[in-house]
Amino acid sequence: MLTIPEIKEKIEKGLPGAKVEIKDPRRDGVHLKAIVIYKGFKDKSLVEQHQMVYATLKEELKEELHALGLETYEE
Amino acid sequence: MDEKIKKRIEDMIHKNKIFIFMKGSPDAPECGFSMKVANILKDLHVEFGYFNIFEDEEIRQGVKEYANWPTIPQVYINGKFVGGADIMEQLYNSGKLKKLIEE
Repeated sequence: MLTIPEIKEKIEKGLPGAKVEIKDPRRDGVHLKAIVIYKGFKDKSLVEQHQMVYATLKEELKEELHALGLETYEE
Repeated sequence: MDEKIKKRIEDMIHKNKIFIFMKGSPDAPECGFSMKVANILKDLHVEFGYFNIFEDEEIRQGVKEYANWPTIPQVYINGKFVGGADIMEQLYNSGKLKKLIEE
């Protein structure tokens, strides 16, 4: 399973310039929450923004994505 | 994606104004995220159709491709994909969900 730093790195690599913070609200290492601030989200719907984040984690997190909550902001 | 599956999905999401693919049923959800979505809709006292994806693996994988969205639950309003649990919660808290439903 990807570690928290690896998830952060993957999102940042896929969305150049994005500010990414990964939280573990339930402290179980599984139900994680990623907060992503990225200029490229401008004029994009929430669905599109989340799809852009999921696209950076395409293969690795196929199954575990179920537990990756997302919060996305333009700035 | 197999045309047959696509047609089944489209029939379902157009059958009700609000339609959700979830794990379990609204009264017996089998996943926290699915429960959250069902409860939000119950709070708004709106009617909605649902499909328990555990009952059909083809639909379960089909909707992920259909909406280009990797997880379940999935919410559709007026036949359009709106989002999963996170987005529904954000829309609900901001009041946008109510507007979307009343459109």
